[in-house]
Amino acid sequence: MNNKYLKNLYKYRFLLQEIVRKNVRLQYRDSVLGVFWTFLQPLLTTLVLVVVFGRIFGKTNSGVVSYPIYLLCGRLLFEFFSQSTKRAMHSIEDSSSVIKKVYVPKYIYPLANVISTFVTFLISLSVLFAMMAYYSLFTNVHLFYTKYDFLAFIPIVILFMLCIGVGLILSVLAVFFKDVEYLYDVFTLLLFYMTPIFYKLNQLHLNSMVNYGLMANPLYSIVSMFRACVLYGVMWNWNWFFYSLGFSILTIIIGVWTFYKNQDKFILYL
Amino acid sequence: MQEPIIKVENVSMMFNINNEKIDNMKEYFIKLITRKLHFSEFWALRDISFTVNKGERLGVLGLNGAGKSTLLKVMAGVMKPTEGSITIKGVIAPLLELGAGFDMNYSGKENVFLYGATMGFSRKFVQTKYDYILDFSELHEFIDVPVKNFSSGMRARLGFAIATAVEPQILILDEVLSVGDARFRIKSEAKITSMFERGITVIFVSHNTDQVRRICNKAILLEKGRIIAQGTADEVCDIYDVITNKK
Repeated sequence: MNNKYLKNLYKYRFLLQEIVRKNVRLQYRDSVLGVFWTFLQPLLTTLVLVVVFGRIFGKTNSGVVSYPIYLLCGRLLFEFFSQSTKRAMHSIEDSSSVIKKVYVPKYIYPLANVISTFVTFLISLSVLFAMMAYYSLFTNVHLFYTKYDFLAFIPIVILFMLCIGVGLILSVLAVFFKDVEYLYDVFTLLLFYMTPIFYKLNQLHLNSMVNYGLMANPLYSIVSMFRACVLYGVMWNWNWFFYSLGFSILTIIIGVWTFYKNQDKFILYL
Repeated sequence: MQEPIIKVENVSMMFNINNEKIDNMKEYFIKLITRKLHFSEFWALRDISFTVNKGERLGVLGLNGAGKSTLLKVMAGVMKPTEGSITIKGVIAPLLELGAGFDMNYSGKENVFLYGATMGFSRKFVQTKYDYILDFSELHEFIDVPVKNFSSGMRARLGFAIATAVEPQILILDEVLSVGDARFRIKSEAKITSMFERGITVIFVSHNTDQVRRICNKAILLEKGRIIAQGTADEVCDIYDVITNKK
């Protein structure tokens, strides 16, 4: 059974390429700012968050090294998660005209959307590099550049896996239930506040039950791992690694299973 | 040479029809709990079996609602049959609706590669066919315009040009040859006829018995999801003409 699906994916690898290409191209076509927006958006949002929360959460003795960079790390990773999963959620419906007329392996659509959002994410990472360079060269903020920086790709890979799993699950739900899209919008909004993007968890002084609740968020582990490498220059806490990896693999398994079970019914609801 | 390229065996297709469309979670759970989740069954296809050999041209006739489009969709792999199986050997180019694989915001040229990839062909391969596609569709000046600005006739020409350019082994046509102006119809019919020499297999749905007699050598007649007649194109067309009171 596995062999058949792998062979099919191989046959449709060109379609995957073309759809990713199309998503990336059409995102910037007809827009005034184009690629520039991919740089501007994280900068603007980080600026607002620094101005609003900088004094509360970003004091020099709070252990965040550099509050804007602390923010940006969390923001970029969160943005990739919420954007890619939202796009994957809409993807089957948006492609309904094709799916109703031609056979294509349907999982290609959520997968292609996560990949194309990933491309945008990589571009936006350049903002992070630029900011780190700025701070290192022009201010006396001391950033830690160590060999652990090279491990930064691992939390990104885990995040990618998480997005695919969640994206697959959402795309199936969105076909059958139209209100999933609104529910998920609210969910991501709440998730933004539940993930330590503009605060550090110990700054909130929450009781341990609530603390554990917030740490159960896989994004907490992923963002913490990323910050450990890039911001603090140390090895991460291995609990984070195993938890987020296990969570992501589990969501992929659930996503693939849900998709496989329901994909033949899509056409009846599109 | 009798070489079955399409085998349809005891295929049935059932749809659940419910009176109200339940498409959000709240209603679904309420109905599930209060046991009001009723569906009635509609069998669009019932126990359909036939074989198509390589190089044959099969016409599919029937009144509206007979199940022709459903049969094509099941054959194209768009839907999975409720019962039965379909075995197909070869690449199918389905023309169930001209330009169905197109993205409206993409230009004609970009859609050529996208549509080709939808059928499993690489950019490199489609590039070799690109000049033919431009020439056949006669869209030279417009190829870089977004497809949303094309007329339906232009989309039809482009879709048809791409589907025939990649030289599929099986071509499935759902009443598409009746779209477009007279010149396009003549051109498309001529192109299909020229592909017969290379042994292309064609499944052709139409209400136009003249076209079916010209293009097809075999035909089946569907009514309410069942095959009620099978035979040569002329035989089946005669029966269909009687039903539609053409003669």
